[in-house]
Amino acid sequence: MSRSAASRGRGSHILGSLSCTVMDQAKGWGFAALILLSAPAQGEALVADLTSHLIAITTGFTGASVVLFGAIDGPGEVAVVARGPDREITVRRKSRIAGIWVNSREMTFANVPSFYFVAASRPLEEIISPATAAFYRLGVGNLQLKPEGMAPTRVGDEFVTALVRQQQRARLFPDTVSTVSFVGERLFRTTIEFPTNVPIGTYLVEVFLIRDKDVVGGQTTPLVVSKVGIGADVFGFAGRRPALYGAIAVLTAMVAGWLASLPFRSA
Amino acid sequence: MDIYLPIAEVSVDVFVLLGLGGAVGFLTGVFGVGGGFLITPLLIFIGVPPTVAVASSANQLVGASVSGVLAHWRRGNVDFKMGYVLLVGGLAGSAFGVWLFTLLKRLGQIELTISLCYVVLLGTLGSLMMVESVYAQLRLHRPGVRRRKLHQHNWMHGLPLKARFRRSKLYISTLLPIGLGFVVGVFSAILGVGGGFIMVPAMIYMLGMPTAVVPGTSLLQIIFVAANVTLLQAYTNRTVDAVLALVLLIGGVIGARIGSRFGTRLRGDQLRLLLALMVLAVAAKLAFDLTVHPADPYSIVVDKT
Repeated sequence: MSRSAASRGRGSHILGSLSCTVMDQAKGWGFAALILLSAPAQGEALVADLTSHLIAITTGFTGASVVLFGAIDGPGEVAVVARGPDREITVRRKSRIAGIWVNSREMTFANVPSFYFVAASRPLEEIISPATAAFYRLGVGNLQLKPEGMAPTRVGDEFVTALVRQQQRARLFPDTVSTVSFVGERLFRTTIEFPTNVPIGTYLVEVFLIRDKDVVGGQTTPLVVSKVGIGADVFGFAGRRPALYGAIAVLTAMVAGWLASLPFRSA
Repeated sequence: MDIYLPIAEVSVDVFVLLGLGGAVGFLTGVFGVGGGFLITPLLIFIGVPPTVAVASSANQLVGASVSGVLAHWRRGNVDFKMGYVLLVGGLAGSAFGVWLFTLLKRLGQIELTISLCYVVLLGTLGSLMMVESVYAQLRLHRPGVRRRKLHQHNWMHGLPLKARFRRSKLYISTLLPIGLGFVVGVFSAILGVGGGFIMVPAMIYMLGMPTAVVPGTSLLQIIFVAANVTLLQAYTNRTVDAVLALVLLIGGVIGARIGSRFGTRLRGDQLRLLLALMVLAVAAKLAFDLTVHPADPYSIVVDKT
C-alpha cells in the first residue's frame, strides 16, 4: 500500500514539472474550472448534479453520503473528483532521542486539499493519459504535494507518502478510486462518502467526460459543508468572540458546579 | 448516540463521555482528588485532539471545583486568605503556562511535553503515596511508634513578607504560597489539571497546613486558576470545547455521588494505596508509549487557515 503510494508520489514530480509551466500561466485550478464551466455551453456533452448541495453538520452528525448523477451525450468514460478547500498541513517525523520518541523533523505543505475523493467508470490509467490526469489533478498521486521551499528529494517523498497515509487514515483521502457506474450508455452515478470529521468549507465536485484518453467535457458543481444548529453557533462564536466565549464557558461550568452541589445540601 | 463536539470537531458517543466523566467523578468522590490527571489522557485516548482535551479539562475543572469548594465551605474547611495568596501565584503561573503551551504547540513538542510531565509527576507522586501507604499499613501492626514533631523549622521560615493565616494556624512567608501557586498554575495550563495532586501534598508537608482545610483551600484556588486557563486557552488557542466540558460535568456529578458513598466504606490508607496503584499505572502506560516504537513515526497537523 505505502509502496504504491510512494511510487505514485514520485511519478507526480515528473508529471508535475511537465504541466508546471502551463499551470503557472493558468493560475492553477481556477483556469481548469473555467474551461470546464464553459464546456457544457457547446452542446451539453455532459450534465450532472448532486442529490444535495449542502452537508449540514449537526450535533448528531455521523457522516454523510451524496449521490452524484448525470448523463452524457454519447459513449465515453466519466471521472469524478471532489475536493475540499486547501489547507496548510505540517508533517512531523518522530525519531528516537535518548530512548524516547521526539518530533525531530517537520515539513509544511501549503496547498493540501482538506478532502479528496476520486471516482471513475474504469481504472484511471486505462481511460486517461498520465499528462492529462496530472493536469486535472485526477488521482491522489496527481495532487502535486510539495513541501514548501524544498526541491523534490527522497526524504521529501517520504513525507508526502506519510501525509497521504495520514489523510487516508482519517478517511479524508481515498484508499482506492471509487466506481462511477453506468445505467445504460448515457446515465451514470456515483456516491461520495463524507466521514464524521469532514472539514467545513466550499467543495468543488468536478465531473469529467473522457474520450480517447482526453478530457472533452466537464462540469463543476459546488457543495457546501457547513456546521448548522447549536454546534455551528458555538464554533462561530468561539472564533469571533474568543474572550466572551471563554467567559461564558467558565460561567456555565460554575453554574453547573453550583447546581451539582445542591443535591448534596439536602442529603 | 453520537454527539458532535464543535471545537474538537469529532463525533463521540455521548454515553462514552458521560461514563468517562462519571468514572472520574467516582474517583473524585472516593479519593477526594480532582481526577483531571486521568481525564486528559482518557480524552486523548477516545480521539479528542490533545490540545482540546487539555483546555476542555480545565473548563470542566472549574465546575467540579466549584461544587467541591461549596461542600467544604459548608463544613468551614476553607482558608480564604491562604486561597487568595495561592491565587496570586496561580494566576501568574497559569498565564505563563498558557504562553509556554502556545510556544510548545508551535514547535510541535506540546504532546511530548504533556506526556513527559505526566510521567514525571505521576511517577513521583505515585511512588511517594505508595511508600507512605505501605508504611501506614506497617504502623498499624506496630503500635507505639514515635510520632513526628508537629512543627519543624527550616530555611523556608527565614523568608521575608511573613503573614498570619488564622484558619490554617500558620505564620509563614507569603512567598511560599505564591511560589507554590505559580508552579501549580504552570502545570495547570500545560496539563489541563487542577494540580490538586501537587498542591495537596505541598500544602501538608511544605506549608504545614492542617489536613482538614487543605482540600477546600486547594479547590478554592483551583477554581480561579482553571477559570484563568480556560479564558486564556479560549482566547489564545481556541481549544476550549464547552460542550465537551459540560457533558463531562454531568457525568462527573453522578459519579461523584456514587463515589462518595463507596469511599466511606474503605479505610483511608487502603484508599491511598489504591490511588497510588492507579496513578502509577497511568504513569507506566504513558512512559511505555513514549519509549515504544510508534506505529507511525509521522504525524500531521492542520494549520487552520
